[in-house]
Amino acid sequence: MKVRYFAWMKRTVGVADEEVAPPADVKTVGDLVVWLRGRSTGHAEALAEGAAFGAAVDQRTATFDVPIGGAREVAFFPPFTGG
Amino acid sequence: MTVRVQEADFDTGAELDRITRGNKRIGGLAVFVGLVREMHVREGLHRDRIDALTLEHYPGMTEKALEDIEAEANKRWPLEATLIVHRYGRLEAGDRIVLVAVGSPHREAAFEACEFLVDWLKTKAPFWKLEETPAGEKWVGAHEGDDAAAARWEKRRQ
Repeated sequence: MKVRYFAWMKRTVGVADEEVAPPADVKTVGDLVVWLRGRSTGHAEALAEGAAFGAAVDQRTATFDVPIGGAREVAFFPPFTGG
Repeated sequence: MTVRVQEADFDTGAELDRITRGNKRIGGLAVFVGLVREMHVREGLHRDRIDALTLEHYPGMTEKALEDIEAEANKRWPLEATLIVHRYGRLEAGDRIVLVAVGSPHREAAFEACEFLVDWLKTKAPFWKLEETPAGEKWVGAHEGDDAAAARWEKRRQ
């Protein structure tokens, strides 16, 4: 599964994207967040509890209870500021 | 129904001609053009002018999100033409960022749907602004007013 980071999260994590293979008990976006925090201090900081960020599963906005089984791409990003 | 995400500038007149030409059912065309505004930010004792910003986006998701928003507008109002052109990359004060145009038989639907599209794309399309200040680069925080503007359309849903 590919995980992507955008805007300031990309800089904090240190990479724009990475291939990960989480264990079977990582079933939802929220589970993935918790699991990713253990990868580095940058991950832990970017994905910290209380940090303002959202997620997308296969390029559709997703809440943290959305399952990630079979997903090809999960993305994390700060609130949108376009327009 | 057209959505485009591009680095290049757009020609507003040519875009509007293209979406209305040959469609004689359009009685009103509402248009919004978003520009990069010259802004001042206070950083401690300094007051910095922001001359440019870089718009990052999520290729693939951006197009899907804009198409979803456009489809929602077409569900809510009787529209004959919709166009969203959103730029990304480095933009300077005065540059065009976004074009939203809506054609309908009547002006009321055109005005409302145009405002709806702008409000929703600000909060639902994956764009992030990185401002250039003399002190360095700074990511723009989400604007609460934008969430409120988008939310009022949620309430109107029947």
